[in-house]
Amino acid sequence: MDKVAFIEQLREIVKPYAKNQAALANINASTDFINDLKINSANLVDVVLDVEEKYDIVIQNEEMERMLNVQAAMDIVEAKLSEK
Amino acid sequence: MTKEKVLLHLPYAPPFLFVDALEYIDEERVTGTYIFKPDLPCYEGHFKGQPVTPGVLLTEVMAQVGLACLGIYLLRDSIQQQVPSVAMTSTQIDFYRPVSPGEKVTATAEKIYFRFNKLKCRVALYNAAGELVCDGILAGMIINRSNE
Repeated sequence: MDKVAFIEQLREIVKPYAKNQAALANINASTDFINDLKINSANLVDVVLDVEEKYDIVIQNEEMERMLNVQAAMDIVEAKLSEK
Repeated sequence: MTKEKVLLHLPYAPPFLFVDALEYIDEERVTGTYIFKPDLPCYEGHFKGQPVTPGVLLTEVMAQVGLACLGIYLLRDSIQQQVPSVAMTSTQIDFYRPVSPGEKVTATAEKIYFRFNKLKCRVALYNAAGELVCDGILAGMIINRSNE
């Protein structure tokens, strides 16, 4: 997966939920959804549901719990897509 | 889990219990009722000399029926502790009619999704005449502590 393209796609997904616009502008692999983007845990669920829809995958509870930053999201999506 | 058992798991008590009874519940939808007692303290100040039920309390009825009761029902197989933790996380409600002291209201909710402990529902509230009082979308998180 193209890392730059993935981060751009993720930026669009998190945009409606991110409170910290500066962190959103500088989003990168190490950006943390809760601590950097200031997304609350309820909206993080919507981020995960939007990721599922975008990539046509199903994310499990334990994967959701690990999906706390951009890198983790990319790893999980990549693994899911390779299973297809 | 029966409708009566669901109520026993609710984390609310008077003066902030805003559901009297459930009329129906399954995995997808729930209907519950509440009567706004005329002696609720809020009527003394909302409004001066003209008591009207605050919109936040109408929202609360829909949240306690549509999010708390339905959430408890959905988690029924894993609920071990008596009282799960709940938190309302978003409200988007339109109001159409006032509710006076003493009125009975009926709240209905239909699940949009329940994933990762977040429940999102389409909700509506009706008065005794069956007229729409308010409707919209509510979401909340429910955490069954024994599973953490």
